[in-house]
Amino acid sequence: MSTENVAAPGFGSDTGDRGRRFLRSLMSTGTIFVLLLILWVWITILNPTFAEPGPFLAYLKRSAPLVILAAGAYFVLVSGNFDLSVGSLVTVIVVVAARLIDGDPSNTWPVIILLLLIGVVVGFVNGFISTVLRVPSFITTLGMLLILNGAVFLWTGGAPRGALADNFRSIGRQGINGIPWIEQLPWSVILLFVIGGASVLLMRSDFGRQLIATGDNERAARLSGVRVDRVRIMAFVLSGTLAAVAGILLAGFGGVSAQVGQGLEFDAITACVLGGVVLGGGRGSVVAAMAGALTLEALFTWLNLQGISGALEDTVQGVIIIAAVSFASYRLRGAR
Amino acid sequence: MTVVDPPEQSAGSRAASRSERVAGWRVGVLASPAAPVYGALIGIFILSWIVVTIKGGEFLTVPNIVNMLQRSVALGIVAVGQTVVILLGSLDLSVAQLISLASLLTATTMDGKEANVVPAIALVLALGVGVGLVNGLIITKLRVNAFIATLGTALVISGFIQNRWDGPAQGVTNSFSQDLGYTRFGVIPLSFFLLAVIVVVVWFILRNTRFGYRIYAVGGSEDVSKLSGLRTHRAIIAGHVLCSLTAVITGLFLASRLGAGTPTVGTDGGYDLESIAAVVLGGTALTGGRGGVIGTIGGVFILAVLDNTFNQLELNAFLKDVVRGIIIIAAVAVYARRQEKKA
Repeated sequence: MSTENVAAPGFGSDTGDRGRRFLRSLMSTGTIFVLLLILWVWITILNPTFAEPGPFLAYLKRSAPLVILAAGAYFVLVSGNFDLSVGSLVTVIVVVAARLIDGDPSNTWPVIILLLLIGVVVGFVNGFISTVLRVPSFITTLGMLLILNGAVFLWTGGAPRGALADNFRSIGRQGINGIPWIEQLPWSVILLFVIGGASVLLMRSDFGRQLIATGDNERAARLSGVRVDRVRIMAFVLSGTLAAVAGILLAGFGGVSAQVGQGLEFDAITACVLGGVVLGGGRGSVVAAMAGALTLEALFTWLNLQGISGALEDTVQGVIIIAAVSFASYRLRGAR
Repeated sequence: MTVVDPPEQSAGSRAASRSERVAGWRVGVLASPAAPVYGALIGIFILSWIVVTIKGGEFLTVPNIVNMLQRSVALGIVAVGQTVVILLGSLDLSVAQLISLASLLTATTMDGKEANVVPAIALVLALGVGVGLVNGLIITKLRVNAFIATLGTALVISGFIQNRWDGPAQGVTNSFSQDLGYTRFGVIPLSFFLLAVIVVVVWFILRNTRFGYRIYAVGGSEDVSKLSGLRTHRAIIAGHVLCSLTAVITGLFLASRLGAGTPTVGTDGGYDLESIAAVVLGGTALTGGRGGVIGTIGGVFILAVLDNTFNQLELNAFLKDVVRGIIIIAAVAVYARRQEKKA
C-alpha cells in the first residue's frame, strides 16, 4: 500500500523471509517515517546546511537522549503499562552525578556504574509494585515521580550541588575525532545506534515476543506459559536503565539543574504514540517509536527555524502533536 | 427507594421487617467500593491527630478544620470531573492549565467592576464547555488517545497563557473574593457547599440518569456499548465537557481565594496528576467502568489531611513529596489486595 515507505533510508536491505516480515511491519506503522522525511526535507529547504553531515550529526546528537528514552518508554508501553517516572529519574541521575563526582575525574567511572544501578533499581521497584502488588503502573510511577523528586532534593538540600568532571561531560559532548567527511562522530550518536540496534534485536528475540503478547492479551500470554510479571518487570528495568543513560548524556549537554528532566516522560510517551505505539499495549514497533522521537526533535528544530516566539511554541507544538497523532491513527485504520 | 439499589441489597429489601432492612443497608455500605477509602481516611485522620498532638500541635481546632476543608474544595471540584472521564475510560491532563486560564480570565473579565461579575462567570463557564468539547471531539472524531489529546490541549492552553499574560492579573472584585473565598458558616466554608452541590449533582447524574449509566457502560467496554447501540461518542464528549466545567469552576474558586488570576495556579497545585491520584485513591479503576464520586471525595480528604498534618509538623517540602508518594502507592496497593481477595 504505502509506497512512500520504500524511501525510508537504511531499511529493506535485509533479505529473505525475515526481511519481508520486517518490511511489512514497517509499512503498518510507516506513517511516521513519511512524516519524519517530510520534516527533514522541509527543514533542509528552510536551512540547506541541515542536510550536511556536521549539522545533521548535531541534530542526531541532540535527539539521542529522547530517542533512548522513547525506546525505554516503548518497552513499558507495549507491555501495557506507563512509566511517568523517567523525567524525574533523569533529574535524579544528573543531580546525583554532580554531587558524587564533585569535579573529580577519577570518580567518573564508579559513579556511572552507580547511576546505571540506580536506574535498574528504580525500574525494578516500579515493576515489582506494578505487577506483584497489582498497583496500576500509572499510580506506581506517579508516586515514584514524587518520591524521586523529593528524595534527591532532600539529599542535596533543595538545590543541585557539586560539579561534573570533564571526562563525565565528554560522553555527551565529545566523540571520535578525525573521521574523514564527518570530522567527529559523537559518542551519543554511537550510543543511539547501539541502543537502537540492541532494542530491535531484543524485540525480535523471545523476550520481545513475550512482551508484545503480554501487552496484547495478558491472560492468553499467561496461559501460553509466558511469565507475565517477570517480562513486565524487565520492561520497567529497561526503561529505568535507559533513562539513566539518557540522564548521563543530558548531563553532558547542559548544566546541572533541577529542571533537566522536567516533562521528558511526556515527550517520550508522545514520541512512542507518534510512532504508532498503542497505549494499553500490544501494538507498535520500537523502530517507529524511536523514529517518533526523531520526528519530535525535528519538530522542535522546525519550530525554531520558523521563528515562532517562545511563548506560542507550546501552542504550536500541542496542535501539531494532536494533528500528527490523528493523522497516524487515521492511516493505521486505513491500513487495516 | 431500595428498588434502584444494586442487586446484593434487593434480597434484603423484599423482606419487610425493619431490622433486616437496616442490616441490609449496613452490608450495602460496607460492601460499597468506597468503604475502604473512608476506612483509610478515618485511620489516617486518627493517626494524624495523635502524631500532631504528641508533637504539641493543635489538630481539632476550628481554624485547622476550616483549613482542611478549604484545601479539599479546589482539588475536590476538579477531581469530581476527573472521576467522570476516568469512569469513561478516558482521562484529562489539561485540567491544570485550564484552571490557570480560568483564573486569569475571571480576573481580566471582572476588571474590578461589580457589574462584570456575572458575565465573567458566564464567560469562564463557556470556556469550560468549549475546551471540553474540543477535548471530546479530538478523542472521538480524530481518534487520538485521550492521554495525548489532553496533553496536546494542555500545551495549547499553556502557550496561549504565556503569550498573553506575564504575571498575575488583578481585577477580581473584593465582594466576589470575600463571598466565595472567605464566607463561612460555623466551621464550614461557603465554598465547601459549592463542592457538596457539585458532588451531589454528579453523584445523582451517575447513579440515576441514562447519561450516568452510559458512562459506566462506555467505560466498561466501549466496543460492547457501541454494538449495543449506545452513541458512545456523545457520552465521551459530554463527559469531557463535564470535566472541563469542574476545572473552570475550580479556577473561579481559586481566583476568589487569591483575589487575582495567576498563570501558574493550576500547574503549581499539580491539579492534573493530583486529581488523578485522588480519583484512584478513591477506588475508581483507571481502566474505567468502576468507581464513583463518593470514593473520590474520600481520596481528596485523605490528601488534604495528609497535607495539613505535614504542614503542622513543619515537614521539609521535599520530604513531604516522598511521604506522599509512598502513601499513594501503599494505599492503592492495599485496595488492590482487597479486590484480589474478593475475586
